[in-house]
Amino acid sequence: MPLAESLSLDLAMARVGFGRYAAYPIASAAGIFTNVVFGLMRGSILLALFAQRERIGAYDASATLTYVWLTQGLLNVVAMWGWQDLAIRVRTGDIATDLIRPIHPLRAALAADYGRAAYQLLVRAVPPILVGIVIFRTSLPPSPVAWLAFAVSLTLAIAVSLGFRFVYNVAAFWTTDHRGAMILALVVMSVFSGFTIPIQFFPPWLAAIASATPFPSMIQTPVDVWIGALSGSSLVGALVAQLAWAAALLGLSYGLFARGTRRLVIQGG
Amino acid sequence: MGDVRDLPELYVRLVAARIRAQLQYRASFAMETFGTLLVSFIDFVAILVIFANVPQLGSWSMPEVALLYGISGLAFAITDLILGHLDDFPRLVRDGNFDLLLVRPRGTLFQILTGDFQLRRLGKATGGLIVLAYAFSQLNVAWDPGRVIVLVLAIPAATAIFASVWIATICVAFWAVEGREASNAFSYGGQFLAQFPINIYDTWLRRFLAYLFPVAFVAYFPALYILAKPDPLGLPDWLRFMSPLVAALALVVAGRVWAIGVRHYQSAGG
Repeated sequence: MPLAESLSLDLAMARVGFGRYAAYPIASAAGIFTNVVFGLMRGSILLALFAQRERIGAYDASATLTYVWLTQGLLNVVAMWGWQDLAIRVRTGDIATDLIRPIHPLRAALAADYGRAAYQLLVRAVPPILVGIVIFRTSLPPSPVAWLAFAVSLTLAIAVSLGFRFVYNVAAFWTTDHRGAMILALVVMSVFSGFTIPIQFFPPWLAAIASATPFPSMIQTPVDVWIGALSGSSLVGALVAQLAWAAALLGLSYGLFARGTRRLVIQGG
Repeated sequence: MGDVRDLPELYVRLVAARIRAQLQYRASFAMETFGTLLVSFIDFVAILVIFANVPQLGSWSMPEVALLYGISGLAFAITDLILGHLDDFPRLVRDGNFDLLLVRPRGTLFQILTGDFQLRRLGKATGGLIVLAYAFSQLNVAWDPGRVIVLVLAIPAATAIFASVWIATICVAFWAVEGREASNAFSYGGQFLAQFPINIYDTWLRRFLAYLFPVAFVAYFPALYILAKPDPLGLPDWLRFMSPLVAALALVVAGRVWAIGVRHYQSAGG
């Protein structure tokens, strides 16, 4: 397939991913409301720590508030609460249709996920971040380079997140019940990504475990880039780690998917 | 509207059937129960991490916050077990299938509550119990009959408060069916709020989510009594005994809101 034609397929998939979420504006408004209420609570809780000390790692009170409103915005962009589209398609047998399409299901999923993420970024992430900026005077990335680095980091974070989600969805090829795997995955992701609480707050041994996993690449890295906790060589290192995790997880997804389809039996007729 | 005296028996019979069905798939049942157990610990990990950095949070110690977390977590798990599937009911409204409930000879809420029952949610209750046991092992509570009664009543009262908040706010679906996620801010949000001392929250957040939606009565006030702790907010002492009363009142209000919602329900056209 020529490159231009192949890229237009990706774009079409992304548009579909975007449109699927854009169809429910009231649901988005309700979701934003919930994200903001949780932001208010998380902000109060974490600020209470700074009544007793000036800073924890690179975080002072102001950086922590920025962290709270940014994570409340980004949690939907990186699909913190999971994704089971592929697993459901495997269970129902709809995956058979995907297999005869001219675009590999992993690539289709990645393209559609960027469309989904674009919608979530515009509609679900911007409002909580604005609430933070307007009401709580949270900060913006300190320089144009930091903005650019944030854009790159978030783009990679989505790929890492999709790679991870694809892996636990592929479990559906081997078990009729993928929900258990998904729940376990969500628990690990929400703690080790730094979403529940910044990794800088972890005791050193727990922070070391987190750093050895792909999860900080999904939330903590883009947030640290935004608040300026990463710069120079540590910034480059973090972006390279994201790229490596994205490649590793997407590669693993590809391999597992190939094995899964070999043992796939579609019922019906 | 049928005979209300047979409701408890009918409830047990319908729920028992659901449980039998779920136990047919032992492996997935075990895995999902274990999963919900872990989910119930996520916020506790945050608490552990917070106290690795500071000795106190809003003048509450780690075991004291664990007590709030345990009461709130256990009660919310029971609520979730009884009516967590209420989150699925907006689909009935969207598809117009709520009509079916209206023509049957039992209350609509009763039918929804018996329409599903996920036993795996017991995993969450185990998490709450473990944290509660930890809290009491660290705290030197001067147990007397008064404290035992306050604790024993706190769990059903907190369950009723969570249930009322959930029922009242999910009613948003009768007006805007796609807006149902807004109820999460109060149901899951209420649980999140209750597991920390309410004196650390902003004034308006506290007025709205702790008093208007009476989440402060879930764990904060009973815990103050059990711990014989001075209220950092300086509120009157008698509030510490009000949880059961507030819970009863909340149930009445939630029932009224549900009735108004049902009256407002218009079937899907077409």
